[in-house]
Amino acid sequence: MQQVWWKTALFYAGVVLIVVIAVYPFYYAVITSLESGTALFTPNFLPEMITFQNYVNVLTQGAFVRSIGNSILIAGVTVCFALLLAVTASYALSRVRFRGRGLLLMTILGVSMFPQIAVLSGLYELVNLLGLYNTPWALVLSYTIFTLPFTVWVLTTFMRDLPIEIEEAAIVDGASPWVIITQVFLPLLWPALVTTGLLAFIGAWNEFLFALTFTISETQRTVPVAIALLSGASQQEIPWGSIMAASVIVTVPLIVLVLIFQRKIVAGLTAGGVKG
Amino acid sequence: MSHADMVPEAANAPKSPPPEVNAGSGEAELQRQRIRAAYLFLLPMLVMLALVAAWPLFRSIAFSFTDASANTIFNGESEWVGFDNYVERSVRSNGEVRWRGVLVDGDWWNAVWNTVRFSLVSVGLELVLGMLVALVLNAEFKGRGLVRAAILIPWAIPTVVSARMWGWMLNDQFGVINYMMMGVGLIDRPIAWTASSDTAMIAVLIVDVWKTTPFMALLILAGLQMVPRDMYEAAKIDGIHPVKVFFKVTLPLIRPAILVAVIFRALDALRIFDLIYLLTPQSDSTVTMSVLSYRELQQFGDYGEGSTMSTLLFLIITGFVLLYLKIGRVDLAGDKG
Repeated sequence: MQQVWWKTALFYAGVVLIVVIAVYPFYYAVITSLESGTALFTPNFLPEMITFQNYVNVLTQGAFVRSIGNSILIAGVTVCFALLLAVTASYALSRVRFRGRGLLLMTILGVSMFPQIAVLSGLYELVNLLGLYNTPWALVLSYTIFTLPFTVWVLTTFMRDLPIEIEEAAIVDGASPWVIITQVFLPLLWPALVTTGLLAFIGAWNEFLFALTFTISETQRTVPVAIALLSGASQQEIPWGSIMAASVIVTVPLIVLVLIFQRKIVAGLTAGGVKG
Repeated sequence: MSHADMVPEAANAPKSPPPEVNAGSGEAELQRQRIRAAYLFLLPMLVMLALVAAWPLFRSIAFSFTDASANTIFNGESEWVGFDNYVERSVRSNGEVRWRGVLVDGDWWNAVWNTVRFSLVSVGLELVLGMLVALVLNAEFKGRGLVRAAILIPWAIPTVVSARMWGWMLNDQFGVINYMMMGVGLIDRPIAWTASSDTAMIAVLIVDVWKTTPFMALLILAGLQMVPRDMYEAAKIDGIHPVKVFFKVTLPLIRPAILVAVIFRALDALRIFDLIYLLTPQSDSTVTMSVLSYRELQQFGDYGEGSTMSTLLFLIITGFVLLYLKIGRVDLAGDKG
């Protein structure tokens, strides 16, 4: 038993290291966001002062609050829309045997992992032709390209795991596929819908390339673009305090959500992959 | 969100007759009906994907064969130029042969090399570190839930935010990283991490590895948890060294999980845009295919050349995926056999 204690110590040292590396950058952002003046520019491990001036600046100057609203609206609508289409599609993909199913599944997975830049110029044209440029709808439309395949994929793997018996009973009772989906599967799928919806929401909330390309005015920006383009009085002067405050504002709700739905998120993340 | 909105459609949907489960023809009819319903259910999704994915992809590829610019992209005045954006051979009056186009462009090949280098190193590092984290999380100890929660934080933080956060921490004058490294004597003067061409790629790698190792770890952990515990017990009783158990038993068993995690990450790495665009915007030593293509499209308004680059990136990624699936024999759809 002598040699065991140092192994345990080493193990816990590793654990502490993992936690510190994972959490420290965000902690440092929080500290920075609470400082101003010269304190901001002195590296430190505990806040030298606590002021909410940076938060006040971010929330009152410019259109940051508007950007938060835009992001919530866009991500919310995108996710609802994707889930709506995905529930029926993934029922078909998981419970019905038809020709070309494997190929279709691979195509869907392919689309979800597509390089976004490959469709950028084509989407730019489409968005302009539909008159959606510089509106939230341009982003709702373009985010469908990754939220829809993703939700279909994850829901398909979830549904495939539901026992065949419940469906058989419904078929014997003469239920149509539509009734099976809405009456039998949907009640069982709620947890999966929440997980998938949350993951898709995070994806849409964090998206940058399309948001940067398809909006031009400050009032139409989403949160990531607003943070990326946050500038100070002059070009040279980067307002680190405000940037950190803005970063904390948009990250805290995500972290809270992730911590609440921890188990479900891990299940959802891995549902797509580890079947083989 | 109300699914009730869709109920009227249900009224129109074919009502299935009471199935005669024992009669062969009834079963076949039922099966046909289910397949019809399946196609109907898939239709809205397919239409949407055709509109937002297939059509724009087709148009982007088409642009790569034209001289479209910001001025001509909408009015149809751009002209078909064949493969000139890819490579164009011209003979000058003095007989000198000139090659133009993306495929002979040094900047493009620099971006290709940067992307490949970045992808190899980042995915490699993430695999090793993700494996270590997964092994730690697979052990039973007090506070395991806490650790798992902690590693989800980098994953949840938007890339833009992490680029900004790390940009601040890696700042040459006021950055806490330089401060810490000078404090312990690793370096004797501050490093301009993101600005200097020697360290820009290192900075990008640090941030990317920090942000995405958790994803890798969670996927590998899911694989690890499917390895039966008795296996470890048996090996322990037989007195086999844990390291040997890991390489001989665990690793082969979690191979499918690793293959899937690696391809997900590799695809992400090959198309990386936001982190590099924000953390090292001007650096030639980090510019990737996506960033270069974006610059061409948005900053220079050259839709022909920009689309050529994005098309090449698309082809490279598709080729990589096909090769990977073939070599690794990965069953992504879980549908074989």
